[in-house]
Amino acid sequence: MEEIASLLSGFGVVLTPFNILLMLVGIVLGVVIGVLPGLGGANGVAILLPLTFSLAQLPGGKTSAIILLSCIYWGALFGGAITSILFNIPGEPWSVATTFDGHPMARQGRADQALTAAFTSSFVGALLAVIVITFFAPLVARFALSFDTPELFAVQFLTFASFVGVDRAPPFKTIAAMALGFALASAGFDSVTGTLRMTFGFNDLVNGFPFLVAVIGLFGIGEILRTMEQGLAFRGVHAKINPKAVIQTWGRLVRHWSTALMGSFIGCWMGIKPGGATPASFMSYGLARRFAKNPEAFGKGEIRGVVAPETAAHAAGTTALLPMLTLGIPGSPTAAVLLGGLLIWGLQPGPLLFIEQKDFVWGLIASMYLGNVVGLLIVLTCVPLFAAILRIPFSIIAPAIMILCAIGAYTANNAMFNLWMVVMFGVIGYVFVKLDYPLAPLVLALVLGDKAEEAFRQSMLKSQGSLSIFWSNWLVGIIMSLGVLLLFWPIISRAIALARGRTRVADAPT
Amino acid sequence: MSDREGGPEGPRLISVRTMDIVVALMMLGAAAIVISDSLRLGMGWQELVGPQSGYFPFYIGLILAGASAINLLRAVFDTRGAQKTFTTKPAVLQVLAVLIPLVIYVAAVYYIGTYVASAIYMALFMWYFGKYAIWRGALVGLAVSFAFFLMFEIWFLVPLPKGPIDDPLVPIISGFLRSLGLY
Repeated sequence: MEEIASLLSGFGVVLTPFNILLMLVGIVLGVVIGVLPGLGGANGVAILLPLTFSLAQLPGGKTSAIILLSCIYWGALFGGAITSILFNIPGEPWSVATTFDGHPMARQGRADQALTAAFTSSFVGALLAVIVITFFAPLVARFALSFDTPELFAVQFLTFASFVGVDRAPPFKTIAAMALGFALASAGFDSVTGTLRMTFGFNDLVNGFPFLVAVIGLFGIGEILRTMEQGLAFRGVHAKINPKAVIQTWGRLVRHWSTALMGSFIGCWMGIKPGGATPASFMSYGLARRFAKNPEAFGKGEIRGVVAPETAAHAAGTTALLPMLTLGIPGSPTAAVLLGGLLIWGLQPGPLLFIEQKDFVWGLIASMYLGNVVGLLIVLTCVPLFAAILRIPFSIIAPAIMILCAIGAYTANNAMFNLWMVVMFGVIGYVFVKLDYPLAPLVLALVLGDKAEEAFRQSMLKSQGSLSIFWSNWLVGIIMSLGVLLLFWPIISRAIALARGRTRVADAPT
Repeated sequence: MSDREGGPEGPRLISVRTMDIVVALMMLGAAAIVISDSLRLGMGWQELVGPQSGYFPFYIGLILAGASAINLLRAVFDTRGAQKTFTTKPAVLQVLAVLIPLVIYVAAVYYIGTYVASAIYMALFMWYFGKYAIWRGALVGLAVSFAFFLMFEIWFLVPLPKGPIDDPLVPIISGFLRSLGLY
């Protein structure tokens, strides 16, 4: 039970007045970010990340910085439920399934129940996921210690391949978006030889395309442009949560423990894979409806229709940090931004983190427990305040967020040119989302591009340029083969469906 | 998402198919840039160094080109996409009405600094889109600029670009705040 001892020492790191203050600030900021249109977990964290640069230089500052940023993430996850239920506006793609039953509940005057159910489910999902991280992450890290560069590249390959296999976007659009991310990542200094690539004599491109600028533009400005185009008017339901409603709802929720458990399980499982939170929430909703005795109640304000997607989405959002910490591979765009933060602070994400930066890792894990408890209390008590933010007219919020995006882009590395870049990424984000080009693989490729290239080139050096090194032992071979399987999954699954269809046709006459 | 859909009605200006073709062509162009620069850098094998600088980007460029070519072909034969609306004329105007001022704002930051440009941008945005009286916009603009000033310049010590107006003002304001003992 070495993990328990490590966890307790982690609580020792977290429980300082300064870190608890940061936790509170992070959660509140996070909920605000989750509620505001145009700001989500990923670009909210991206905008605030440069503010932690000086904090991270202090002793113990890296732990404080990650507590602040990860709490923003938890807050944003909670905040998504508020807009979904009260305003029928999913703040993040994984809150879409929450609107199905959450908003009808609010319309029927049961907003307090829906919100309590959503927050509590989120909390339960996250809690189970943190327990998984506590006991599972050290194992994965220990296992990953034996990884050499080919294995490292194989895992990265598997990550990107799984986007093609899992994402609901057209596979070739996923591949194109991903390749664009890699291409953008390769601009600037070549980290191996130091030569300049794809700068074409522009000094502004020497540092390449900073991923923070890309995230802020793609998710922030792109979203505002889409919202302005649709001429959004918020029509919300007023809500207040009183303690009586909370207790009553909790009493009803106990009966739905199996739905919550299933949702958490699906979330934990899917969250470890990249891009898992959104499919996890839909899958959990779908299964809850299939196993229900009264499936026709779903979509009309069934409380289980809130419990199922919320537990899954929160569990998935939390376990997305597991591969980030243990393997250096983020499971979601927000995890990718956090990973980029770690790199900027001078930490090397991966298995060694668990040996060399024990305080950091266990401080973070301990803060996940505390952060979710604090988050639950804050959102349950302050819902009217947060909902009031959405009643501020969009013509005031939109320019303020635009300014914040511009400032955030500038502070990424104090370059004026970033301002032009962020506008460009904003237009790309606007067009891409409307055409079903997925943004997450683009961002992940941009963050991981240099690392993946390094791992690939070093592997090639070892093998004198032969790809056979990726099948040189059983470990790397299995990972790589899985990757190839996932990469061709859209074709394979279609072939299977075709074959089945044919046998069915053959059976039909009899 | 029922509250979000809809938006400005109007005749279709650009179909999804047209936009798909445009984006695929642009991606092909990007691939061409990546491949040509990789060839300049050398995409082969060099003794002692191993893979040259252009080695990895070259294959990335090829993948980008291949995927975009398929996306292009699919778009060309996409009859359903030709019926779907990418955007309408009022919607494009609405987006441009946001985008063009944003570009002007970014250019203004170069010359008059973040804080002044932000206040003006905020005021005009509220006046144009929100139909607020210009003085209310200006008031909110100044407040927002001041909030960002406190957050970045004072609390987190991140200096932002300044111009001829806010540059001399900043030390005065921060000196005033310090004399009040606020930080």
